[in-house]
Order: sequence, then C-alpha cells, then structure tokens
Amino acid sequence: MANPNKAKAERGFMRWVDDRFPATQMWQEHLSEYYAPKNFNFWYFFGSLALLVLVNQILTGVWLTMSFNPSAEGAFASVEYIMRDVEYGWLIRYMHSTGASAFFLVVYLHMFRGLLYGSYKAPRELVWIFGMAIYLALMAEAFMGYLLPWGQMSYWGAQVIISLFSAIPSIGPDLAQWVRGDYLISGITLNRFFALHVVALPIVILALVVLHIIALHEVGSNNPDGIDIKAKKDETGKPLDGIPFHPYYTVKDIVGVAVFLFVFCAVIFYFPEGGGYFLEKPNFEPANPLKTPDHIAPVWYFTPFYAILRAITFSLFGLDAKFLGVIFMGAAIAVLFVLPWLDRSPVRSMRYKGWISKVMLVLFAISFVILGVLGVLPPTGARTLLAQICTVIYFAFFVLMPIYTRLEKTKPVPERVTG
Amino acid sequence: MKKQLFALLFALVPLCSFAAGGEGVHLRSMSPDLENQASLQNGMKLYVNYCMGCHSLEYQRFSRAAEDLGMPQDLVEDNLIFSPELGYNDQMHKAMSAEDAEVWFGKAPPDLTLEARLRGTDWIYSYLLSFYRDSERATGVNNVVFPAVGMPNVLEPLQGVQEKVCAASDHAVGDAELDPLTGKYQSCETLQVTSPGSMEPKEFEQAVYDLTNFLAYVGEPSKLHAQALGPKVLIFILLFGIIAYFLKREYWRDIH
Amino acid sequence: MADNGVNKGRRRFLVGATSVVGAVGAVGVAVPFVASWQPSARARAAGAPVQADISKLEPGQRMTVEWRGRPVWVINRTPEMIERTEALTDEVLADPDSAKPMQPDYAGGSLRSIRPEIGVLVGICTHLGCSPLFKPEPNAEGVGVDDWPGGFFCPCHGSRFDLAGRVFRNVPAPVNLEVPPYYFVNESVIVVGEDGEGA
Repeated sequence: MANPNKAKAERGFMRWVDDRFPATQMWQEHLSEYYAPKNFNFWYFFGSLALLVLVNQILTGVWLTMSFNPSAEGAFASVEYIMRDVEYGWLIRYMHSTGASAFFLVVYLHMFRGLLYGSYKAPRELVWIFGMAIYLALMAEAFMGYLLPWGQMSYWGAQVIISLFSAIPSIGPDLAQWVRGDYLISGITLNRFFALHVVALPIVILALVVLHIIALHEVGSNNPDGIDIKAKKDETGKPLDGIPFHPYYTVKDIVGVAVFLFVFCAVIFYFPEGGGYFLEKPNFEPANPLKTPDHIAPVWYFTPFYAILRAITFSLFGLDAKFLGVIFMGAAIAVLFVLPWLDRSPVRSMRYKGWISKVMLVLFAISFVILGVLGVLPPTGARTLLAQICTVIYFAFFVLMPIYTRLEKTKPVPERVTG
Repeated sequence: MKKQLFALLFALVPLCSFAAGGEGVHLRSMSPDLENQASLQNGMKLYVNYCMGCHSLEYQRFSRAAEDLGMPQDLVEDNLIFSPELGYNDQMHKAMSAEDAEVWFGKAPPDLTLEARLRGTDWIYSYLLSFYRDSERATGVNNVVFPAVGMPNVLEPLQGVQEKVCAASDHAVGDAELDPLTGKYQSCETLQVTSPGSMEPKEFEQAVYDLTNFLAYVGEPSKLHAQALGPKVLIFILLFGIIAYFLKREYWRDIH
Repeated sequence: MADNGVNKGRRRFLVGATSVVGAVGAVGVAVPFVASWQPSARARAAGAPVQADISKLEPGQRMTVEWRGRPVWVINRTPEMIERTEALTDEVLADPDSAKPMQPDYAGGSLRSIRPEIGVLVGICTHLGCSPLFKPEPNAEGVGVDDWPGGFFCPCHGSRFDLAGRVFRNVPAPVNLEVPPYYFVNESVIVVGEDGEGA
C-alpha cells in the first residue's frame, strides 16, 4: 500500500533509499516535521533522558554479560572480577548500577509531568498506558537485575519479594516455589532471572517504548497549558503554536543531556554507592541463605510501594494482613493504569484546574516521598501510623478524583499557549 | 494533635543515622587517603604480616597492589609474598586452610577484600583499637565494637595489653557525658594500655590507620582510576554543555 | 519563525562545534568499551611468563611447557643433532637464515637459540595450527621423505621442520616455527614468555 504522496528525496542516494524504505518520510514525520508545542518547560526533558538511560543500560548491560557468570558459585566473584580484572570494568558496571537509579529518577519525574499537565487525558490514554506498561516492565527488570550480583541484599530482597506471591490464598506457596524453581532461592532462580533480565524483558521494554512513541506521535505532544495546538493552524496547515521537533527540541534536549550527564558522571566517579542507596552495603557480602542481614530494605525506587505493603497491619473482610498488604501494593500500581478515566475535569493542565486538584496533587507527591523514606527505615509504631496516613492519601488522590475533578471550578483555558 | 505530628516527623529523623550504620557504639572516625602511598604500603606490610595468615584478600592481586601503591615487583616478591605457592600475579590468599580455621576458631575467618565497603572504614579502625583484656574469653580478649569476638588481638605485640579502667578519655565511651571543663569523657569503660607493646599509643593508632587505609584501597581499587578520570570527564561535559547551550540559544532566536 | 535575521555563519559554526565535540565525546565513550576487550588481569596472570627447570632434560630429549595455553618445546640438542641441523642449506630449507621475523633478535641464525644446544620453540605449526610430532632420529619413519635429518613433522598437512624449527621447502607451512621470548635465569632454569634483561 504505497502512499503516492510519500515524502521522497529529489535525487541521489537518498532517493534510491526512499524508493525502497521510507527514510525521508520517517525523518519528517518524527523529527523535522513533527510539530511540538513551543512552550515545553523543564518537565519535558525527562522523556528523552529516559531514552538516553535506556541506551546506556542496554550498552553497558551487554558488556557486563560478557564477563558475568550467572551461577550461585560464580556470580559474586565475577562481579568483583569485572570491578578489578576487566579493563574499565568498574566504569561499565557503575554506569549500569547508577543507570538503574537514574532510570527510575527520570521516569518518576516524567510520570509526575503527566500528572501535572494531564498528559494522560484523551486522546493520550494509550500513550499513558504504554508508559505505565514500560514502568511495570522496568520494575520487573530492576528487581531481577538486583538478584544477579548475588550479595546478601540481592538474595534477601528477592526472598522477600518472591514471598509476596505466597500470600495469595491457596495457590500462593506453590506459585512462589514455581517462580523460584527450588525450595529456596538458588542458582536455578539466578539462571532464570538472568535470562529474563538480559533477554526477555529488554525486548519487551524496547517494544513498549516504540509503541509509546508511535502513540505519542499519532496524537501529538501535550503541553503545560494542556491545550490542543492542532486547533489553530496557519494557511499551510502548520500549528501556530507548534515548532518542528528538529532542530528546536533536539538542540534543547542536547543541553538537557549535558546537564544530566554531568550529574550522572559525578555520581559514577565520586559517589557510585549513592550513600548506600544505589549499592547497599550488605551487598558487599556474598549471599548466605542461613543468615539474614540486620535490616532489609529494597532499593530506593521500590520503597514507596514497600512502605504501603508494610502499612497494612490489620485484617479486613476476612483477608489477613499479609495478603491485604500485597493487594494494596498491587492496587497502588494498578490504579495508575486507569487514571485517564478517573480524571473527569474539563481541562487537562493543573494550571487551569481548581484548588482541590492542586492540593490533592501536592499531598499525593508529599505522601509518595514520605512513603519512600519510610520504606527505607525499620518500622516502628509511629512510622507505621505515618505510613498508613500516607497510604490513605495516596489512594484518596485516585479514588476521590472522579468526584473532586467534576465538582471543582476550573479556570478558563486560553486559546493559544502561554509563556 | 500537634504533638502527634511532631512525633511523626521525628519518626523520619533517624534516616541519616541509619545510612551511616549506627549500632549504638561510638566509632572512632578515620578518613582514608588513597593518595598517601607510604601509608598504604605500610598498611599492606602490616596486613601480610599480621592478618593474611587467616584472612584472604580473595579478589586482590599482589601485582595490582604493587602497581597502584608504587612498589617494584622484586621488592614485593621478596618482602610481601611469603607462601611459595603464591606468585606475583596471584590473589592474596591466606596461608591457613579453611578446614583448619573451622577447627581452630569454630568458624572460618571471613575474606576481607570488601570489608571496608561492607562495614565502613570507621568500623574497622575502631574495631582494631578496641580490644581489651577479658579473662572470661577463651582468647583472653574481648572487643567493645564487636562483643564476644572470636578473633584474638593479633596486634597485641605492637599495642601492648589494653584493659578497661576508670579514667578520662578523649573519645566518646559508652554512656559517659562530655565534661565541658576538661573536654574529656569520664568512664569506667575507658580503654587504656596497661602494659606497653613495641609501639607508643600514637604510633599504634597510626599503624591501625595505615592498615585500615590499605583495606579501604583494597575494597575499591578502581577508586584511584575514578579519581584520575573524573575531573577530565566532567570538564569535557561542561565544555560540551556550554557549546550546546549557545547552539540552543542561537536556534531559539527563531521562536517567540 | 521567519528566516530573516538569521546569522547563518554563526549557526553553522555552532552546529559544527557541537558535532565535533559530540563526536569526540562519542569516541571517548567508546574507549572503555573497546578497552574492556583487552585480556583481563586474570588472562594476563594466566599468560604470564613461565619458569621451567631444564636440569633434568637429557641430551636428545624434549620437554613441553605451557605458555599462554600453547605448548612450548624445550629441546636439548646433541652435538650430532646440531651438526646435522647446521649442514642443511637453502636447497632444502625455505628460510635457513631466519630472515623472516619469527623469532626474537637474540635467537637468529641457523640454530635460532641463545645457547646452541637448548632450542625453544612454540609447538604450533605455522600452517593451520596443529602441533607437529617430534621425530628427532635420522631417517625416521612416517615423515614422508627419505634422508630425514631429524626434526618435526606435522601430521595434519605434512609440513616438516628441522630441529631448529626451520621449515622445509615444498610443504604447506609458509614460515619457520615461532621462537618465543625467553631467557636463562641460571644454568638450569629458563623463563619462557619474557625477554631477558638487556635483550
């Protein structure tokens, strides 16, 4: 089904290619004639940065695979082999371990941008859902990757997370055993996690990223005003408030990349352990199934959900606290998927929403951060209470959204983008 | 209500101390200096003489240490490699077999390659300074930082015999409060050398510093490379960022 | 978005500068990835020079030491062997004077060794990498030629070398056997894999 109006180069080598492959057309559709709103601000850097970190993870990951030994006997030693004996192995490994934390940092900021400007609202529901699927796959990828160094924290972190499956009534214990492939976490578990981490999940994530971008470019980018730039076009059909992604946003994103790389490299060269939050201290001891470290905390990017899990200390509707915790933790992630249908506001951007939405978003963000901090700390009575309050706020933000977004008074949305 | 809020806020405060690994004992702080080759060399000498009989450095090669600490190969081979089974390129394996160790100490002494990253240098430094005489222990010694420790005080010939006495100390001890007049801590938990060893107390602290410094190096030898490469990379990125910023500003003149 | 007022020269310069610095950065990023394929410290430790005690090597005998995963032969040549080897000329040998760089400078000439009686050779055929057989006795069987002066015969493709590792004419192997760097620590200890001091 060749499109007769397809853009082609006039002559030369590119013409030869274009007759066989839509290179020029793709370049125009996705870069040089992809019109993006001209009022992108700080929050719009994190999409391209996430792509950059993904490339970093794949490249360094491939190189780590070359020297890593995915066996219970050899994994820990092979990481030290990479750190010491392989030329520049330390740098490649720190790029990968720091990259994991950087990935979640930029993804969280990217997601917050979506909440702030209503980027999930129609017609961008699928963009949001593909993005959430990426986030879910990323969590699985990070979790499985964390087992591979086979340190104490790798081992016991995986032990705790896999035990979550056993909370499911009746099939739980069998399911957990099936995931492990053994009666305890062993080399068998390590092998399958390795396969999923280096082959299966990266393919899934890459495919989802392509879907995310195709869906985005089909409907066009949202903007801080949340208005539709395609509604106002000039006589040639170009959006009045739109500018070609290339060169304007490519040169802008390059500046963002430089700033990001400066911080990223500073961490790699000077603080690769991230104060014990990127590489946790107990992980410098090989896995020992007979001895649990004094205090287990997941890596920082999982802690908000971990805190929700621990906040459920009571039974409800005949379900015990353990299972209920797993349900709440799962629901905390699942509810994000249906966000596009919870928001009933006539406007997209927080700039024009009412004060209730603004207060709720601020409370939500604060409680998410507090949950993250609590997830790192050992639980005490006061902390559990705080975690319960934050959990209530977390869910209230979503559950009450259909009500408060409909009731509140919104401000009029301007015709054209501002600032 | 306000009180409860405060209580909740305070619930978050220990975050910092957790990250530092607070365990209730006062640790003496030391900051490693990887530039100080003399200290690192002395630390390695102490390690092979006093520690390596029982504790391997399973991932550290003699050759790598020699290169990084600026020691010529023949010097290392003649003075630091005792076992005929170990070569210059080999990792620093202990002399004792794991089975013997189990019999003698009840538990194999751990490998110490990553000890500085696992427990921190403050811990190692304090631990080595905190042995004291305890007749109830089979080894005759106990340790403030690591109660009921299985390891004997192998550095005792250097340090001398240390005991718990009632005295004033420059360093925080137990629950003792700082006396603002003298600037010292008065406690009956104070550790003091009662029968001198071959080193003066200051000299011994320096030796323990060197040893700890060496273990800090062994934990992450790549740190030397990182510190050498880091500034170059950061300056390059800064330069790139500045040029990219001017490029962005040039193109964005079109917009508005 | 009008094109007027655009300083094309400056724009071109900045695009060029960013591209050049960016390309330098890309090369810089490639360095650790390329360098990490070099032999690691473990591989280098395994490939380190090896010592061998040759005091028990009888005249006419050969011993094999392993260096970098390859067999290295040390042969103790008898005076008769030396005589037979030195008698060979370019009528039968392809490179009798070791002109091609298959040996360190200190192991040239017809015997290709530091001490005439001790020959050190990498036991890998220069044709396709088989390990030739040791056939020291004159007119040995199974080497495919008459008047055999003693040497090495490769069973894979029939290449022949003399007791100094020099390749014969009319065989598939193109050059002489490789002589590794080596030196004598003393009368009875040899180090293979490293040049001696002053070499």
